[in-house]
Amino acid sequence: MTSADFSTVLPEVLLALYAMAVLLLGVYGGKDRLTGPITWTTVAALLLIAAMVGFGGPGERTAFGGTFIDDAFSRFAKVTLLIGAAAVLAMGSDYMIRRDMGRFEYPVLVCLSVTGMMIMVSSGDLMTLYMGLELQSFAIYILASIRRDSVKSTEAGMKYFVLGALSSGLLLYGASLTYGFSGTTQFAGILSAVGGAETLPVGLLFGLVFLIAGLAFKVSAVPFHMWTPDVYEGAPTPVTALLATAPKVAATALFARLVFDAFGTVTADWGQIVAFLSVASMFLGSVAAIGQRNIKRLMAYSSITHMGFALMGLAAGTEAGVQAMLIYMAVYVAMNVGTFAFILSMSRDGQPVTDIGALNMYAKGEPAKALAMLVLMFSLAGVPPMLGFFAKYGVLMAAVGAGMGWLAVLGAIASVIGAYYYLRLVYFMYFGAEGDALDTQMPAVRWALLMGSAAVMVLGVVNMFGVEGAAALAAEALVR
Amino acid sequence: MENLLSIITFAPIVAALILAIFLRGEDRAAQMNAKWVALFATLVTFLMSLFLLAGFDGADTGFQFVEDHDWIMGLRYKVGVDGISVLFVLLTTFLMPLVIWSAWQVETRVKEYMIAFLLLEGLMIGVFIALDLVLFYLFFEAGLIPMFLIIGIWGGKDRIYAAFKFFLYTFLGSVLMLVAMIAMYVDAGTTDIVALLRHDFSSAPMVVLGFQVAGGLQTLLWIAFFASFAVKMPMWPVHTWLPDAHVQAPTAGSVVLAAILLKMGGYGFLRFSLPMFPIASDMLAPFVLWLSAIAIVYTSLVALAQSDMKKLIAYSSVAHMGYVTMGIFAANQQGIDGAIFQMISHGFISGALFLCVGVIYDRMHTREIDAYGGLVNRMPAYALVFMFFTMANVGLPGTSGFIGEFLTLMGAFQANTWVAAVATSGVILSAAYALWLYRRVVFGDLIKESLRSIADMDRREKLIFAPLVAMTLLLGVYPRVVTDVIGPSVGALVADYQDAIPAEATELADAAATH
Repeated sequence: MTSADFSTVLPEVLLALYAMAVLLLGVYGGKDRLTGPITWTTVAALLLIAAMVGFGGPGERTAFGGTFIDDAFSRFAKVTLLIGAAAVLAMGSDYMIRRDMGRFEYPVLVCLSVTGMMIMVSSGDLMTLYMGLELQSFAIYILASIRRDSVKSTEAGMKYFVLGALSSGLLLYGASLTYGFSGTTQFAGILSAVGGAETLPVGLLFGLVFLIAGLAFKVSAVPFHMWTPDVYEGAPTPVTALLATAPKVAATALFARLVFDAFGTVTADWGQIVAFLSVASMFLGSVAAIGQRNIKRLMAYSSITHMGFALMGLAAGTEAGVQAMLIYMAVYVAMNVGTFAFILSMSRDGQPVTDIGALNMYAKGEPAKALAMLVLMFSLAGVPPMLGFFAKYGVLMAAVGAGMGWLAVLGAIASVIGAYYYLRLVYFMYFGAEGDALDTQMPAVRWALLMGSAAVMVLGVVNMFGVEGAAALAAEALVR
Repeated sequence: MENLLSIITFAPIVAALILAIFLRGEDRAAQMNAKWVALFATLVTFLMSLFLLAGFDGADTGFQFVEDHDWIMGLRYKVGVDGISVLFVLLTTFLMPLVIWSAWQVETRVKEYMIAFLLLEGLMIGVFIALDLVLFYLFFEAGLIPMFLIIGIWGGKDRIYAAFKFFLYTFLGSVLMLVAMIAMYVDAGTTDIVALLRHDFSSAPMVVLGFQVAGGLQTLLWIAFFASFAVKMPMWPVHTWLPDAHVQAPTAGSVVLAAILLKMGGYGFLRFSLPMFPIASDMLAPFVLWLSAIAIVYTSLVALAQSDMKKLIAYSSVAHMGYVTMGIFAANQQGIDGAIFQMISHGFISGALFLCVGVIYDRMHTREIDAYGGLVNRMPAYALVFMFFTMANVGLPGTSGFIGEFLTLMGAFQANTWVAAVATSGVILSAAYALWLYRRVVFGDLIKESLRSIADMDRREKLIFAPLVAMTLLLGVYPRVVTDVIGPSVGALVADYQDAIPAEATELADAAATH
């Protein structure tokens, strides 16, 4: 408990303190009248913390006896998720306020959840892992049901909570098995307990499987994905946008952290499990999305598919694979921010619309926004020259490089199936029959995020804005 | 002019951006502006590409006008042309102004239409000049987006079905190619096409999923590339997307599809399959040759039965592409020369035929053959042009169609006599369906009430056809303008190919040839 420890965890501490301060201010100040200002200061705070983490010194530091790790890998994940969360918070604020959901707790809970995520990606110990995960999840359980008088929203929160508790149970069971068989909860300790063994002892193997099952819940990988469509649909759209971005980055980063830091010597053992999760997610996500007409459910299946692709990079078990996964997640967040900025604005007479049929001939009235969505959809589908293609290319490359050509072939086939439903959105916007038009006004923030995201997908082809180099450093820090 | 290729590629794309950003309004003046900007941009691109031809050294078999820059994810932005690719670039830049001009009558969402075609032009040129695997893939795939929109937005009645079929068919083919490209990168350590052309991919037999695969890695890679190019080509039996796409696409879209997009498949075979996987190509050549022969005869027969003009010409395109694959996999100088020649010539002829259909479709809004008859009475100029291109399509000596078919058949005869014999029957069949189409549409008495007042081609339409007629005749009577450019590169390709395939196979082939 030295000052060095605290300086290492300073970003997290600051964010937590900020959340507490705003909570007090909200309770004793103006309550919900303050929601607007608080949201914007929170966005600023998240961006400041992102800058602080991003420009913080290089190298690797640990705190509290190795239970907290601050390295290039965690910094990359933190910056990605902080920016993602800030963008989502910024685009959702007027939506929440206009629909009587503008509680001042909303930004506070987002802050706390983000703190949890930051702890997750920095964890060097099963205990830190669990604490971060729960802090993140609890805040989101509440956010999902923040619209108390809506049956769907409370159902979403309840479902998420019950299934989340189940997954935490699995995770804890795995953690206890791992502790029992290795005698330590620290990742480094587990790694040395595994030692040079070719295969894991049965107890540790069980522990590993349960840990992975618990994490697979959080990344919503098949077969642990059942909650995703319902929660995405039921939660208020800004919360859905949050669910689809920052926590996914945190969970995949934690996944990578756990399997490399604690089980890095037995890549083959978890590689197969992750490969299975990857294939199942890619295919189920792609096929199940075809029948969806609710755009939020569609995006839920889309995120399942994308998690499958990200996990493909992890399944490769190499440094290139981790780098590809990080790039994938960064691109994924950028695409989803733009897409949800658009979905948030889908309304008719002020009422939110989620049916994709409502997009009929959207391009006629709103050519610029429709074009941005077109770019995003093709990017999500992984069609060049959008950035989404390079993300997919990276993970496919990692899979083939690790001798998993079959995984790459399956991924390629799944991406064709997936292309269909993204194209269907384009179809509604550009070729559909004319119907009742959607509302045209869009707050400036959302418009900027939508256009910015689309522009990033196109312009990123030139040099990827340096994400590639940062991801390479991050992967190098994790895979030694 | 060391950036000439990049300028040619990106000039149309920049023009598209200018249109997208600066052009406002939906009125007639704005529409005309969009059309003029597009026409101007494509003409400038064409003029720039003439510098390419002027500066091109036909005797040099290497890549020329090479540009090489670092890019993301370990890839390179590397472009260049050799004798095989340079003419495809010119074909594209030559046809695009005509395509834009032919779309002068379009009135719905003109700006977007022009943007789509300009983007498409840039991406198509990119395919032919890319010298990095992933850059090639990027251009190859990205072209799907504008084409998908062109069919889907401006197409006919069943355009949605056709657009989706077009996209998903070609996408499936090409993602498998992407996996193969990644495998090549892992094996050779580079995505540079020039280096890959020199790399020997292993052909040691290997076991995949319990099956013994002769030719090993080469065969697997060859199959993945084949999946992509055969769909794009299109070869029988994966050609079914083409008639749908053609029928539903607007006239200009059909022209681009038939004249340029289909050539990417043939170009891919020449750039990748043949030189990079020679052993697999040699092993699987009989398979491709027979597929080609089947395609020629089968699709010609199918064409005979069509009642829709565009569908008939689409099937005829598939048959003509059969000659191309046959020539390529005959893998000798005549065959490959003929294949490239046939692709260029088919670019002019099929483009012109689709324009011919477009001329009467614009007037009558139907493509049913039965709706026409006796057009010669009212449209003598049209009858003449249509006759010329029908004859060129049949392969009448003196037109470019004859040279292409003759050379590929000659090449195929040396490689596999029976295939050549079967394929030759396609020449007769093509005469049957093309002349029959012509008779039903143009000859006879003008008895249809609706045709009484149909007008002949106006000056714009005549001027669009003039360059196409000139090129078809020029290539027909003086084919050296093409063969001199492609000859040395093809010669080098064939020599490398013969060196790479094992001696015993060569002997067998020689023995087969002498018998």
